[in-house]
Amino acid sequence: MRFANLAAAFGENSIQVGALALDRSHAVQLAGDLLVASGRVHPDYTQEMIDVLDSHGPYIVIAPGIALAHSKPSNLVLETGMSLVVLAEPIEFGNKANDPVRLVFGFCAVDHDSHLGLLQDLAIALSEESFVNSLLNARDSEHLRSLL
Amino acid sequence: MREIPNISAACSDSIRQNGIMKIIAVCGMGIGTSVLLKMNAEKVLRQMGIDATVEATDMKTARESRDAQVILTTPDLAGLLTGLPSEIITIEHFFDLEEITNKLSKSLL
Repeated sequence: MRFANLAAAFGENSIQVGALALDRSHAVQLAGDLLVASGRVHPDYTQEMIDVLDSHGPYIVIAPGIALAHSKPSNLVLETGMSLVVLAEPIEFGNKANDPVRLVFGFCAVDHDSHLGLLQDLAIALSEESFVNSLLNARDSEHLRSLL
Repeated sequence: MREIPNISAACSDSIRQNGIMKIIAVCGMGIGTSVLLKMNAEKVLRQMGIDATVEATDMKTARESRDAQVILTTPDLAGLLTGLPSEIITIEHFFDLEEITNKLSKSLL
């Protein structure tokens, strides 16, 4: 396991490979659904993630092809965690520099600082182009999990 | 990556007088995107030999902030952060240390 904190953040059923989304809100919805399915958040958290996108714009597209969708710590978050949707077809989020998006991470945290190790892992992982490519080429969710 | 000169001598008087430079990394919620930006900015500043503190904050806190020399954020959010005394630097690719280095050098040198 290369990224222990990252791997631990992905619960069961938190990864979907080859997903189809209609638009950016739908793509974020899928990432939120996985956080719900893996027991990390209340379903209302997903709507908050979509609201952040609508109110603050597509800043969540933090690198070419990669979005990090999240809201804030609240009682809707049961446990800090992550999810990942690998889109079969790229989606435009409206981010000039980094569109279109194929990797949509969902993220939830119970507080403001206990997830720093997790984000540190994420920063290192996503700065490696080969790692990002391996995520994009994962055969299925189990294969993707084995890459973490 | 090209060699980066030590810029501590080039910092403005106000920054020197106040000691360590304060930079805030801003995202909508202050827990995800901004934390990633803070981590990579700290890495770059260390390489550049600049003594600075970097804090991750949300938009609300950033709008009330008056003591940061520099605000690091994304192009989308920069438009929502007007009227502040801080210089705003926008980063497009959060994991591209070269982009962060180039933009910080250009601004701080």
